[in-house]
Amino acid sequence: MPFTNLYSRARRLLSNAVPAMVALLSAGLLALPAQAQFRVEISGVGATQLPIAIVKFRDEERSTPSLSISAIVRADLERSGAFRAVDAPGTLDENSVPGMTEWRNRSADALLVGSIGRTADGRFDIRFKLWDVVKGTATLAQATAVDAADLRLAAHRIADQVYEKLTGDKGVFSTRVAFVTKAGSRYTLRVADADGEGGQVAVNSPEPIISPSWSPDGKQLAYVSFEKQKAVVYTQDAASGARRVIADFRGSNSAPAWAPDGQQLAVTLSRDGGSQIYLIGRDGGNPRRLTTSSAIDTEPVFAPDGSRLYFVSDRGGSPQIYRISLGGGAVERVTFSGAYNVSPAISPDGRTLAYIARQGNAYRLVTLDLSGGSSSSAQPAALTDTSDDERPSFAPNGKLIIYASRAQGRDVLMTTTLDGKIKARLVSSNVDVREPVWGPYGR
Amino acid sequence: MTKMQPSSLRMSKLRGALLATAAAALFAGCSSVKLDSAVPVESRTATPVGANAGAGAGGAGTGAAGQSTVTPVDLSKNAAGAGNGLTRVVYFDFDSFAVKDEYRGVVEGQAKLLAADRKKRVAVEGHTDERGGREYNLALGQKRAEAVAKAMTLLGATDAQVEAVSFGKERPVTTGTDDASMAKNRRAEINAR
Repeated sequence: MPFTNLYSRARRLLSNAVPAMVALLSAGLLALPAQAQFRVEISGVGATQLPIAIVKFRDEERSTPSLSISAIVRADLERSGAFRAVDAPGTLDENSVPGMTEWRNRSADALLVGSIGRTADGRFDIRFKLWDVVKGTATLAQATAVDAADLRLAAHRIADQVYEKLTGDKGVFSTRVAFVTKAGSRYTLRVADADGEGGQVAVNSPEPIISPSWSPDGKQLAYVSFEKQKAVVYTQDAASGARRVIADFRGSNSAPAWAPDGQQLAVTLSRDGGSQIYLIGRDGGNPRRLTTSSAIDTEPVFAPDGSRLYFVSDRGGSPQIYRISLGGGAVERVTFSGAYNVSPAISPDGRTLAYIARQGNAYRLVTLDLSGGSSSSAQPAALTDTSDDERPSFAPNGKLIIYASRAQGRDVLMTTTLDGKIKARLVSSNVDVREPVWGPYGR
Repeated sequence: MTKMQPSSLRMSKLRGALLATAAAALFAGCSSVKLDSAVPVESRTATPVGANAGAGAGGAGTGAAGQSTVTPVDLSKNAAGAGNGLTRVVYFDFDSFAVKDEYRGVVEGQAKLLAADRKKRVAVEGHTDERGGREYNLALGQKRAEAVAKAMTLLGATDAQVEAVSFGKERPVTTGTDDASMAKNRRAEINAR
């Protein structure tokens, strides 16, 4: 059969099959092979870090050979920037009464011990105890039974509880992130744990996928797919794979952002010429135009209270970040340093703006304090010294930012503390990863 | 007495001269279609595929098959193009969506094809180099596509025949980061739909 016919037939088959493929792949949410090796790359020295000793849980290697619960907990706590793990040799469990002198000598302020066993019905019995080394008292103890599929989640929940007990802040370790992978000419949209592990494929496509965005209830993902040879906005139920076209108007449809009430999305449409921002219902329908410039207006982001929209516009000659009140009102410019500022993200408390600023030839993650109001002379602070940063997204506790960057010729995902001091590279397989977005609480 | 040519010869010479002049007038630019004398010939690398590939590969070893080898030319890329071998790509300066004069011929040629056949439709696909954010580049590519689409509608195509879309930086033709490579990515392609 001539090559040209095969090619065009394959194309048509694929474009018809994509919806079916998406449904198939999402129904079971294909799991990637479990990694026995769990590599963690964390760098930097934090401002105030609580030293914690995390002893290997008794019978961990025997009960769960494919992953280490204590290692996942340790990596979570260190990645947060609030903890520093100290050496923790030995064999203790939740029934031990550890001598505190030894742990004080190791400069630990807290000690975490536990065990992994099997229940009578074949599930995993996970127990832990958290000790205050300074006072010599146990402050937290718990036992839970989980299925094999929930082992990772159980580890993240332990990290959350330890984090909350010792810092007073809510942990984000059992939240999820979504991101796009590219391997050759194949793209996937994946959903993974907040540490980047345990990724499951939500969309598998021969064409690019960009700009994923979580619904506020964490059940849906909006994203842009080029499967129709143009940018089209879809929403998809993460658990079932059910997909819906939200915007497929003339030209390009992109940059979906969910409103905090989950009832509508802001999108960038070129249907009226140029790129302008519109509001559209969560089920699609007629869009309502929001910006009215003859410039590029794009990358809308809702303020956490839903009253304002931040966005990128080059109406002043080059891309800067502006905001507009959704109840009507003037457009107000927010960034004044540098000639190219894009990809805004707002912290959950609305006080910090993270974005990408071009500095020389580098595109770099910076933050700006918004709490001073429009008369503030706050200056942006660079969080990185890399040169190809993209798309920052805040964790729901506002203490970490996930972003895309480039290292050793690969597209990678990084997290950073808000002061830029502790950074972690989220380790994945040998594919390019980009376009991260952090999901909400309540998986 | 003046030496004169026979009148018949003189007439045929005159007719010949008239015809030559008319022909010259037709082809020398008096017509309304400007022929771009500098149309680059796109060279296609022959890609042996399918059954012929077997014969081609086998041809190396067996003399008989080698003598009958036919190597097909992969036209699948061209099939997506607007056809007729006319150039269909417009290139842009960094951060710009202005269609430069040197590409007027490209735009005009493609517009004329659409003017001649109202059933034909194209998509103008805008692209950027890899510097900067994805969504802003998507919008910049859209501006490039719209600039070319607008020029085409001014030169004979109808709105309904041309849709401007963008791939931003998602579909580079080359992954090099030197200036020459990035220049190749800053483009608008006119593709048949």
